[in-house]
Amino acid sequence: MSAIALGHVHTPRTTIDPVPLTRITAVELRKMFDTRSGFWLIASIAICAVLTTLGVILFASADQLTYSTFATAIRFSVVIILPLIAILAVTSEWSQRTGLTTFTLVPHRSRIIAAKAISSVTIAIAAMALTFAVGALGNLLGATVKGTPLVWDVTITQCLYYVLGMVLSLLIGFMLGVLIRASIGAVVAYFIYTFLVPTIFGLLATSQQWFRDLQPWVDIQFAQSGLYSFDSALTGEQWAQIGVTGIIWLLIPLLVGLRLVMRTEVK
Amino acid sequence: MIIVEGLTKRYGHTLAVDDVSFSACPGRVTGFLGPNGAGKSTTMRMMVGLTPPTSGTATVLHRRFADLPNPGLEVGVLLDASAQHAGRTGREVLVLARQTMGLPASRVEAMLDIVSLTDVEANRRVRDYSLGMRQRLGIATALIGDPEVLILDEPANGLDPAGIRWMRDLLRGYADRGGTVLLSSHLLHEIEVIADDIVMIGHGRIVSQGTKSELLHEAGTIVRSGDSDALEHALTAWGVLVSPTGDGALRTDADAALVGKVALEAGVALTELRAAEGAGLEEMFLELTSATQREGIPA
Repeated sequence: MSAIALGHVHTPRTTIDPVPLTRITAVELRKMFDTRSGFWLIASIAICAVLTTLGVILFASADQLTYSTFATAIRFSVVIILPLIAILAVTSEWSQRTGLTTFTLVPHRSRIIAAKAISSVTIAIAAMALTFAVGALGNLLGATVKGTPLVWDVTITQCLYYVLGMVLSLLIGFMLGVLIRASIGAVVAYFIYTFLVPTIFGLLATSQQWFRDLQPWVDIQFAQSGLYSFDSALTGEQWAQIGVTGIIWLLIPLLVGLRLVMRTEVK
Repeated sequence: MIIVEGLTKRYGHTLAVDDVSFSACPGRVTGFLGPNGAGKSTTMRMMVGLTPPTSGTATVLHRRFADLPNPGLEVGVLLDASAQHAGRTGREVLVLARQTMGLPASRVEAMLDIVSLTDVEANRRVRDYSLGMRQRLGIATALIGDPEVLILDEPANGLDPAGIRWMRDLLRGYADRGGTVLLSSHLLHEIEVIADDIVMIGHGRIVSQGTKSELLHEAGTIVRSGDSDALEHALTAWGVLVSPTGDGALRTDADAALVGKVALEAGVALTELRAAEGAGLEEMFLELTSATQREGIPA
């Protein structure tokens, strides 16, 4: 054990530049990959995309073997994993207590949260690009193996809808992470949000006539379903429904969560 | 330089920190001493902006912590060595701090060297670290930006005697080069060997503060003689507070010169006369500790 220590005396610093947001974002991005659990969570997107694609090639009937089938199938696993990434990016600061260091190195919590949002969305877009590529390879492979005609039935616009839908799902996870700040709680809340609440709304819509007309304006999953349908462009009304449900289910709770994050103690 | 003025934190009806004011100066190690649950950690969290104070202010290098543009380069903070992601390697923890501060890559290896973490240890995940290794990693994180001020909460916890010695030398050298060091501890002995200035806190309030020598001097003298009764009588007549120590000696609140003079005039031969080193501080501390038997509540 060596006695001392610091190699040099303090060098007087004349000016210190603030930590730029790009640097904080790069660090936050790195933090998503630098643990085994984080790494495999992100890797599982690619793994699931490949497995689902193989599944579609093996089990889908010949007339279904189109690009939209691949894209739709891959969505189911990705829509669960992506929000988990966003949730854990936020909640680990509290549940792993790394926030003690993070929030003292950058004492403005809003900047850390912004950096986490940017890096999460970056991951989401990269993941979508990857799944589109895997789906495209699957489509080529499927057509070759099964001898079916190669069908590209998805337009660029629809791809962008799709990416938007996935980013919105991810932001729901992000919002729940910010609001709840505990990993398990936020994950459970996400499943309630994504699977339980839409089911209840669905039941309500089938049994109550008055709710059926209201549903697109209240049910965020229902409102966003047009983003994944690959059949037509969204109407102005559908956009409005996405906007209204987004304000109710995403924006307002996010603002509440952000307020809590700014004010609460980090222990 | 750290200046804390009237910091107060109230949780419901409990005052965790009650009007705490003190300063830590460059070139000195300031020990923040208090039993568990006295409010040390809450005070330190308020200083670095993790806990919003109910009232009062804290400045580091004459600025609020939140106003420091790149705090890691000016203030090294270690609040809880266990607060690290269990799945990250020690080296990765340092890399993240280095990147955030915008330092060259070589700083990581330099820090590992300073805190004596080997290559193999640095590549292990923090979950496999002992508390002592976590403390070393935490100190490395605090030092990596070469800051002027260090704020360390219980940094000696979990270190072995050699480790404590190493840290003492490290902090001493750091202060001698003009750095400001504030460290907390619930162990009087630890603070006594490291600190130049002592701030003692109990029940959220500062009970005593000053330089170590001042506080030790306040403790008075221990005097022993062949005729304790006559000596006690003479000292009391001089207005000196006297109490028996229990082993035949007397404790007084006067200094050695006065006690010697009184003994000479009373014609009592002394067999022992010395400063009651640290005894007063220790007694005050024990009193605080016994009144706050609150194990398990984080300090």
